[in-house]
Amino acid sequence: MSDTLLSVQGVQTYYGNIRALAGVDVEVKKGEIVSLIGANGAGKSTLMMTICGSPQARTGTVTFDGEDITRLPTHLIARRRIAQSPEGRRIFPRMTVYENLQMGASLDNLKYFNEDVEKIFTLFPRLKERQSQRGGTLSGGEQQMLSIGRALMARPKLLLLDEPSLGLAPLIVKGIFDAIKKLNQNEGLTVFLVEQNAFAALKLSDRAYVMVNGQVTMSGSGKELLANPEVRAAYLEGGRH
Amino acid sequence: MSNISNTHERAGGNLTAQALREGFFAGLVSLGLFVLFVGLETTQNIRNELVLNQRWGLLAIFVIVAAVGRFLSVAYLRPWLAARKAAAAAKPAEGEESFFKRNFSKIAIVALIFYPPIMVMLFGVQGSLKWVDNFGIQILIYVMLAWGLNIVVGLAGLLDLGYVAFYAVGAYSYALLSQQFGFSFWILLPLAGILAAFWGMILGFPVLRLKGDYLAIVTLAFGEIIRLVLINWTEVTRGTFGVSGIPKASVFGIWSFDVSAPNNFAKAFDLPMSSAYYKIFLFYLILALALLTAYVTIRLRRMPIGRAWEALREDEIACRSLGINTVTTKLTAFSIGAMFGGFAGSFFAVRQGFVSPESFVFLESAIILAIVVLGGMGSLVGIAVAAAVMVGGTELLREMTFLKQIFGPDFTPELYRMLIFGLAMVTVMVWKPRGFVGSREPTAFLRERKAVSGNFTKEGHG
Repeated sequence: MSDTLLSVQGVQTYYGNIRALAGVDVEVKKGEIVSLIGANGAGKSTLMMTICGSPQARTGTVTFDGEDITRLPTHLIARRRIAQSPEGRRIFPRMTVYENLQMGASLDNLKYFNEDVEKIFTLFPRLKERQSQRGGTLSGGEQQMLSIGRALMARPKLLLLDEPSLGLAPLIVKGIFDAIKKLNQNEGLTVFLVEQNAFAALKLSDRAYVMVNGQVTMSGSGKELLANPEVRAAYLEGGRH
Repeated sequence: MSNISNTHERAGGNLTAQALREGFFAGLVSLGLFVLFVGLETTQNIRNELVLNQRWGLLAIFVIVAAVGRFLSVAYLRPWLAARKAAAAAKPAEGEESFFKRNFSKIAIVALIFYPPIMVMLFGVQGSLKWVDNFGIQILIYVMLAWGLNIVVGLAGLLDLGYVAFYAVGAYSYALLSQQFGFSFWILLPLAGILAAFWGMILGFPVLRLKGDYLAIVTLAFGEIIRLVLINWTEVTRGTFGVSGIPKASVFGIWSFDVSAPNNFAKAFDLPMSSAYYKIFLFYLILALALLTAYVTIRLRRMPIGRAWEALREDEIACRSLGINTVTTKLTAFSIGAMFGGFAGSFFAVRQGFVSPESFVFLESAIILAIVVLGGMGSLVGIAVAAAVMVGGTELLREMTFLKQIFGPDFTPELYRMLIFGLAMVTVMVWKPRGFVGSREPTAFLRERKAVSGNFTKEGHG
């Protein structure tokens, strides 16, 4: 359990001259669910994209499974089996649900396709009902399920989820988080999660990082952070003042 | 019972009154609009003085057309359309499509195979020339070009306004290489395709990072560059004079269509000499080439590269995060699309026997792109229908000599080609915004195949 799968060290990322990440250190171990919480514009999604190599880090290193992937192009990083469900879901709207899943499996050229697609249909039965429907006609929650399902088709070692709760009703968010938990417990899938919904994310996670202005300011286990008064004030009870 | 008929009558009376009113106002508006533009005309007389001509008759025609048109539209056309819509909605969803609809492409292919013999039977050997050459071959060239461009625009979603460049590369490859080195058509056909594909790659590299409008501008410029090179590189291409006397193709070297050759086709079969045989041969040649394009497209769509093209059209970032190399995906789309343009180009050269830069102007690119869009991006059947309507329609205009009797001997219907082309495009886009065939056939399915209607989602955005 203790060996490191993903390690981000001293990463600085720039958009032009604007520094979005100011030296970030993050570590994800095998079999963990790690979440990253923070306000809008803190750099959470940038860190996610930097791990995927688009944009690439200007300084610092990203190491995955012992290999330095900082300078690899995005598609080669994906081929190391880092699957991503990107922010805004980014499913293929004119392709059917089934075809969307097929695209996710393109790494193995459909070798395990039938087996994996069954697995995803048991995880998200809604997708099975909608399999011949266009991706663009799905509801937001179904699109999120499809996005996660598509990422899982690549048989990932690490699943990156960028705001899976974005714009979804609480009940659906709960369903999706339960599914993530199930995948982690039953198959030992390692998950790195970026979330605005701090409460749900911290409850789900083994460990978590708090990000402010492009820097990690706090880290600890999910429970610790949930109990931390600063975190509570900033992210959990912010709306109640 | 009487009640119902009463309301009907009243509704009908209301409608007529409303139509009359709207017609009257339409007439009034057009009177206001046209009274100065049409009713009065300023000309110069022989002493160079400004004269005001009054054209009240013409103005009256304009106003009457507007008023009557509006009246008919409100009183008859709109209720008819509404009734049709209601009837279509009331009818239960059809489980089975008609036999004709299901097997449309097969029927069309068989019809095309029998097209030349039927034309020969109807119009005689010499009379069939016009129908096989002007209609058949002309339309099929555009079908093939549009299918080739469809790979780039329809599948990979890369807007290419300079497709005619590859057509030109193919045509000049055949024209120059056959004249300089005497290679036959069957050697140069694949070579022209390879050369065009190579140019497709050369275009692809610098534009890899561009998308949408920016890409369109660069491809447009590329098309113009090729044309200007053809005009100005006079030592090789003979500039605007073009290359003439391009050798004809032979039936795999067995029979020739040169009049003097000993293995002439007509002589070998003891037929009377006629250029029609060559045209019929060319018809089958372009039919085969077009079908090859369609076959390759259909096969590729089911292969990883074809799926990657379609995914690329939908979302490039998602593609990359799924491990698809977008660089090679784009380059293959450009080069395979260009290759079919090159095939079509070398066919064009062999058919015309003459190529000049004038055949490869921007208008050609625009027409090919218009056919792809009108047909419904990605749909092979839709594109073929659009090509037949657009190209066949403009050819048909040349045939309408009877219009001269109405509009006088100076009237040349061909001159109105672009006007009608534009009008037709606007009409199709209003009625069928996604083209003739707007639905996309999925390539993968579990049990039964279902066409996915295009009406529910916006183009390319989630």
